[in-house]
Amino acid sequence: MKRRNFLELAGAAGVTAAARPVLAQEVVSDKEFVGVLVDTTRCIGCRACEVACAGAHDLPVPDVINDGALAKERPTSETQWTVVNRYETTKGEVFVKKQCMHCWQPGCTAACLTNAMYKTDVGPVIWRSGKCMGCRFCMISCPFDIPKFEYNSANPKIQKCNMCWERLQEGQKPACVESCPNDALMFGTKRELMEIARVRIYRHPERYVHKIYGESEVGGTGWLYLSAVPFDQLGFRMDLGTTPYPEMTTGFLYAVPVVLFGLPAFLMGLNLLARSNEEATTESTPQL
Amino acid sequence: MPEKPQLSREAIRFVRFIVSEMKPKPPYFTAFNLITVPIVLLGMGILVLRFAKGLGAVTNLSQDFPWGFWIGFDVITGVALAGGAYCITFIVYVMRVEKYHSIVNVTVLNGFLAYVFYAGALTLDLGRPWNIINPIIGNSFGFNSVLFLVAWHFMLYMAAEFLEFSPVIADWLGWRRVKKWLSAITLGAVIFGITLSTLHQSGLGALFLMAKPKIHPLWYSEFIPILFFTSSIFAGLCMVIVEGTLTHRVLKDHIDPDHHASHDEIIIGLAKFASIAVFVYYFFKLLTFLHGKQWTMLGDFWGFWYALEVGGLVLIPGAMLAFGVRHRNVEIIRMGSVLAILGVILNRLNLSVIAFKWYAPVHYYPSWQEIVVTLMVISVEIWVFRWVVSRMPVMRKSRFQ
Repeated sequence: MKRRNFLELAGAAGVTAAARPVLAQEVVSDKEFVGVLVDTTRCIGCRACEVACAGAHDLPVPDVINDGALAKERPTSETQWTVVNRYETTKGEVFVKKQCMHCWQPGCTAACLTNAMYKTDVGPVIWRSGKCMGCRFCMISCPFDIPKFEYNSANPKIQKCNMCWERLQEGQKPACVESCPNDALMFGTKRELMEIARVRIYRHPERYVHKIYGESEVGGTGWLYLSAVPFDQLGFRMDLGTTPYPEMTTGFLYAVPVVLFGLPAFLMGLNLLARSNEEATTESTPQL
Repeated sequence: MPEKPQLSREAIRFVRFIVSEMKPKPPYFTAFNLITVPIVLLGMGILVLRFAKGLGAVTNLSQDFPWGFWIGFDVITGVALAGGAYCITFIVYVMRVEKYHSIVNVTVLNGFLAYVFYAGALTLDLGRPWNIINPIIGNSFGFNSVLFLVAWHFMLYMAAEFLEFSPVIADWLGWRRVKKWLSAITLGAVIFGITLSTLHQSGLGALFLMAKPKIHPLWYSEFIPILFFTSSIFAGLCMVIVEGTLTHRVLKDHIDPDHHASHDEIIIGLAKFASIAVFVYYFFKLLTFLHGKQWTMLGDFWGFWYALEVGGLVLIPGAMLAFGVRHRNVEIIRMGSVLAILGVILNRLNLSVIAFKWYAPVHYYPSWQEIVVTLMVISVEIWVFRWVVSRMPVMRKSRFQ
């Protein structure tokens, strides 16, 4: 074994010994997280993104013209990584695209005990079939209920948007962004997208509510939304808070090593006390 | 060498002994067998379908309810009810209270089998069980996952409990020196086991910390891990009381007469510990309730359901246990134990299934197949328990004493 390899291995062992959640904000990297800005004031509900998504990932292509799917609100499903929903709002009909939000610190990746759910170093959260054991804890832990499971398969997969990770690696944009005819979707780094979103609000203060959904929700998400009406009218949950989901379990996980090493010592101490008590009683018995 | 033929003779004797012990003992046509054999056969058929066609073929699980009865009842409730083993080993081996020594073997056996079967039921629920080796062999460690911790602690705890029980197996096989050696490491296994139990009992609760927006606020709290740990103490102790009562009625022939006579004393002692744990748990529950300023939530069905769980199935059984201890009334203690167990079952099911996504328009309920498989798991566990108790010196005196 080469010295360098050995050092790397030893370093890895050191890291595993001090295992703790690594927060995205602590990782120093020259890469920036990417995401997509969704401007719901521009979406016309044509569902070209649904078609492009299905084509890019070998999923059944929806019959956009005839299926009448906009009639009711749909969640994403194991055959649809993205869906467009129509909402009746105080400013009329609004269309909203729904898919994985690609959280900066995702609950699903913190939940996954095999690292099958994985936050890549440029932002997309992807699922890796060779690692997943199908426990569905990611589904429990996702604040947006995005991961979907193939219940009717003997070899089930978790299905969710991966921000077209395959295409990003080839330098392309996500399929949905490329297909959008009205520039409702814009791909870029989160820093750029935030700047653009703010500029749009600043230039047209009467057209937008002054909030960017995803700026700080659950610690910030890769996908950002602009809207003309308050977001609760568009099916967004407003009660998710700004705490990154992995932080909800850090307190517990930090306590683990303390208990794991402290409690045995305490129990051995108790046992010694119990023994010395016994000796004291047996010694004193003959005198009584 | 002279040892060789001796060794082979010994091996043949050993195999013959195992084969003769494996045979079921009459009577075969007991009411229990007549009920459980069809359940187990049906359950096995359901499992074939489940692995051939996927979870959707036999369960009511959905995209909204990824965890159902198999996780909520078998694993999360089953493990809480198996908490008796770490409590009793703490009392007997760490604190060296001799009074409870006679029940330690049977409690550890119950705990071990409960983990093998109920925590083992987790594998039935896994969509891709062949990848279960990933978090074990180290090619994919999700260190920041609570489930990773729980899974490892399950495995290590099963090993610790097996070690705690192994002197009885050595005794059964007639291995005097092995038994002596295994007995010497019991304290180490016990301390390791209690530590692991503390962490995974609370860890099961920590699984739900990231489900914050999906659990009714009356049940969600940052203190779920502590609530799970405290309730596992009395859940386990009350199970020991109820199981003890049942085994003393059903398996009387396998129990040492001295032990049988002292059983009421043991029950009263355990009830004392259990009632303290119930009131500590109740106090924690009350604290999270007051802290969350949740008075206004008591008005609707969920408020009533919460009050039923905390008032009816925590406070009342706690009072019954305390009353029973004070007046040395074993019957009241037994009833209180049953109610306290029901309270823990309801609490675990509320958190994992019933009050989970209480807002969903279509709510999950278990399919009959899910219930049959759960009954199958319980039945096979009781078969194995009965087999062990009627052959090994679990509740009888050791032949080496």
